[in-house]
Amino acid sequence: MNILSLFVLIPVLTLGGLLLCGNTRQIRSVVATGASLLLALAIGVVIAFLNERAAGNTAEMLFRSDVMWYKPLNIHYSVGVDGISVAMLLLSAVIVFTGTFASWKMPFQQKEYFMWFYLLSVGVFGFFISIDLFTMFMFYEVALIPMYLLIGVWGSGKKEYSAMKLTLMLMGGSALLLVSILGIYFHSAGEGAPLSMNILEIAQNSSMPVELQRWFFPLTFIGFGVLGALFPFHTWSPDGHASAPTAVSMLHAGVLMKLGGYGCFRVAIFLMPEAAKELSWIFIILTGISVVYGAYSAIVQTDLKYINAYSSVSHCGLVLFAILMLNQTAMTGAVLQMLSHGLMTALFFALIGMIYGRTHTRDIREMGGLMKVIPFLGTCYVIAGLASLGLPGLSGFVAEMSVFVGAFQETDTFHRVFTIIACTSIVITAVYILRVVGKLLYGGIVNEHHLELTDAVWYERFSVIVLIIAIAGIGLAPLWLSNLIQNSLIPVLNQLNF
Amino acid sequence: MEYTVLIFILPLLTFLALGLLGTKLKPNVSGSIGTTVLGICALLAYITAANYFSMPRVDGVRETIIPLHFEWLRFTENLKIELGILLDPISVMMLVVITTVSLMVHIYSLGYMHGERGFQRYYAFLSLFTFSMLGLVVATNIFQMYIFWELVGVSSYLLIGFYYTKPEAVAASKKAFIVTRFADLGFLLGILLLSYYTKTFSFELLTSGDSTLFSQAAGTTFMGCSVMSWAMALIFMGGAGKSAMFPLHIWLPDAMEGPTPVSALIHAATMVVAGVYLVARLFPVYYLETPEVLVLIAVVGAVTSLYAAIVACVQTDIKRVLAFSTISQIGFMMVALGVSGLEGHEGLGYMASMFHLFTHAMFKALLFLGAGAIIHAVHSNEMSHMGGLRKYLPVTHITFLVACLAISGIPPFSGFFSKDEILAATFAFSPVLGITMSFIAALTAFYMFRLYYNIFWGEESSHEHTPHEAPKSMTLPLVFLAVVTVFAGFIPFGHFVSSNGEAYTIHLNWTVAISSVIVAVIAIAAATALYKKKSPVPDRMAAALPKLHHAAYRRFYMDELYLFITKRIIFNHISRPIAWFDRHIIDGSLNGLANVTQRVAYAIRGIQSGQVQQYVYVILLSTVVIAALVLWFL
Repeated sequence: MNILSLFVLIPVLTLGGLLLCGNTRQIRSVVATGASLLLALAIGVVIAFLNERAAGNTAEMLFRSDVMWYKPLNIHYSVGVDGISVAMLLLSAVIVFTGTFASWKMPFQQKEYFMWFYLLSVGVFGFFISIDLFTMFMFYEVALIPMYLLIGVWGSGKKEYSAMKLTLMLMGGSALLLVSILGIYFHSAGEGAPLSMNILEIAQNSSMPVELQRWFFPLTFIGFGVLGALFPFHTWSPDGHASAPTAVSMLHAGVLMKLGGYGCFRVAIFLMPEAAKELSWIFIILTGISVVYGAYSAIVQTDLKYINAYSSVSHCGLVLFAILMLNQTAMTGAVLQMLSHGLMTALFFALIGMIYGRTHTRDIREMGGLMKVIPFLGTCYVIAGLASLGLPGLSGFVAEMSVFVGAFQETDTFHRVFTIIACTSIVITAVYILRVVGKLLYGGIVNEHHLELTDAVWYERFSVIVLIIAIAGIGLAPLWLSNLIQNSLIPVLNQLNF
Repeated sequence: MEYTVLIFILPLLTFLALGLLGTKLKPNVSGSIGTTVLGICALLAYITAANYFSMPRVDGVRETIIPLHFEWLRFTENLKIELGILLDPISVMMLVVITTVSLMVHIYSLGYMHGERGFQRYYAFLSLFTFSMLGLVVATNIFQMYIFWELVGVSSYLLIGFYYTKPEAVAASKKAFIVTRFADLGFLLGILLLSYYTKTFSFELLTSGDSTLFSQAAGTTFMGCSVMSWAMALIFMGGAGKSAMFPLHIWLPDAMEGPTPVSALIHAATMVVAGVYLVARLFPVYYLETPEVLVLIAVVGAVTSLYAAIVACVQTDIKRVLAFSTISQIGFMMVALGVSGLEGHEGLGYMASMFHLFTHAMFKALLFLGAGAIIHAVHSNEMSHMGGLRKYLPVTHITFLVACLAISGIPPFSGFFSKDEILAATFAFSPVLGITMSFIAALTAFYMFRLYYNIFWGEESSHEHTPHEAPKSMTLPLVFLAVVTVFAGFIPFGHFVSSNGEAYTIHLNWTVAISSVIVAVIAIAAATALYKKKSPVPDRMAAALPKLHHAAYRRFYMDELYLFITKRIIFNHISRPIAWFDRHIIDGSLNGLANVTQRVAYAIRGIQSGQVQQYVYVILLSTVVIAALVLWFL
């Protein structure tokens, strides 16, 4: 049994285990076991990967396994990881783990909730380990559908509207993707050779002419970009996040939005490098807009979740922006930013969920001075905020600086101008973060009832502390991670320099 | 000198310990831990300084040593962030200044903050600040400096907002962070530009005087200025933000909302001189590559200095007076750097600037701590609530007077020597600038003695209870700093610190010295006449120039400008329209699309009627039409 397949197997088994559960205690023990196993597995894979690399294994993808699945179309269940997917697996495992603890208490139907939740994580893990386009796409869809129910059933506010909007927009994106995957497939090999869905084989043998790439690159980039909150296809994000229950917001902003960035990088740029070079300018403009647009929009929001949703638009915009710089430093920054953003948004959404569970409002105008009554949650919120505005020592700084330094290596005026525009986001981010922190946590108590709030309980503390440790870990010792990512980028760079 | 690393690790560990344990520790335990650790750090810093300065010079120049460095993050082949320790005259001097002032503030706070809620948090933040500031001054490369630059910024944010239930403190901390962040954007862009063209972050390489490093940038211009000028000017913008240079100074007066010992440490002695330190650190680059930016620095310094001195003359909150005085004095340091040369006696300005940084740190910390003792006694910041306090606060009174004399430039106090060197350097550069700076020096003497007389002389205002002298833990640091202020002027400073590392012997320029003393004495005399006893003249003067007085009192409306930009422009005219656009145009068009789909679906659903006759009819008709078409085309 391939070690990577465990990433799919464990959530599936958890799902099965949940089916048998009768009471809350059983549910909790099953999900806690599943989540812990996943986290342990992810850490184990990272260590195993580093060992392999240290031992001199220079294969592009490690832990390969390949099973023919559907012969007529040459579709395989094919898995393998490089440094980037390993990092994303670790991120996903951390978020699933903390998300599980953040949903320790659910008002109703906890079992069904967790079942959809783990189905979603099947999709997420499967996506990151796949190197077969079709299997990858299948897992991608598996990750999207449960979202509809999780938001529609367990959400809050105008949940039906948000769930429908999110699903339709993301499905629209996957429709584009399907077209482009077929396009890539039919040009995956030279004249007469058998066609392939395997990303590595396509990258070597692709015969897609540049004229066709010009069509399929934008389709792929937008298809994945919708999930990565690419302007102007980002509007599912504020509503979706606001309506989703806590752990779903965490998983969605933390991991699912990363599927977009990862896909843009792994499929759009890796397989269509010529068009990527030619057309990157269009998307640099769009992502450049995303970065500042999201940040400015966040300044005036009053709902905590909307603030973080727009902040995500800005931060994820930076991910795509960095990928499009098409150089090693910036792309490393992009992956770091995916990790960093995943962790800190998950932290934000977890905290917002916990605060909402106590105050029953997310409107910052109705809250104030909470630091005094719930100091633990307050302090963690400040830490999340500082990570978000790029304080050195936390993950955001490392990621942003890699992106900016990388982007600055592109010398022409166009890149310079957009890099400087993207840089200004560090100031705007500070404005909206400090505004929220100031209103929510400092000052006097606004609502008398808030005086009786109780601080976080053990499972809440546990989930938050794990996230903070991960954020600080990346922020304090980034070298191993950035080396891991940088080395994995070499095949892409070779593609780009054909 | 590997033990130097302990100077940084200890405060960091203290921060983590105090921060994590929090209220589980008793307040006085955390206070003593913080203070003891800082004492050890100060001791280590003195040992480092003694060892460093006793090392023999190599070719008559003080060496730069890097006892420790490691790679932290690699961007490209050449561009990597290292964390390390760089010891050279200015960084060693800064180590001494920071640990000394920080230790005094730690001791002082034991008394001043006694019984405050969040005492442990306070000491944790102080340790964090000390760690960050020390990391900043020993940075081996410009990116390490930027990292710690941000960290001191956030420590400052946390400490200004220490009384977080007070709305003014929250607003002030936010303002401080955002304004300096804006300046740091310039700093970051400057670093990016500089490092792109020179392919290095390292201070050692940048300041080696090797002009081939900058050859790639040669000839590249942007909007009429060379790209190096842009880079260095942008880096200076970062320094200007931290050092509260006009027009980025607006955060500093508000920062006085923080606890007074914090103002003494961060906003008077250490963090606010980071900008000066930055320029000094990169001085060879400024001097050799972009002399025009150095002129800009001098001009900005002089304008700031003049502006702040004028405003300081009319403020009534004693901490605000001291804040503007700080801004003005940092302006002096900037001017001195701006007019300095690099070699031999050309480098007078550089040496004077560092000297003034040193003496100013001591006497300004003394002034703030003194102000803290006064506020502690009368529970108010306003001058009108003071007066006649010399009877009640004898120790504070004497030490405050010493500091006032020092800042006014009266011999033999330390400020006289350092300020005199600055004036001599500016006169050598340009007489106009020299005269301007002398005038500002006179203003300084005037507003300081206005402050002094208003606090300690004049009419006593009614007190709820008799003011009493502060406890020993507070007066001890005052006395210590006063002693330093009295004797620091006699340190042969040029022997330790100079622009090129060679020994530099200070010669008093007697013309400048005597004239500046005379000017200072006249200014003090004027202040004595106006403020020693209650006199109607100041009010009458204010009434004679109501507009000017009011404008100066409102700090020439710079804060209104800040509010206009943030509230009006950014909030109301950028963010709101964007948010509206997002909800109504982008989202609206999507909803519109969904609506249209739904309507079309409703409209055409009648076609699927379910009636078989209708279906047969349509099928027949279509068959006929298609057949007809096929026949036609055949």
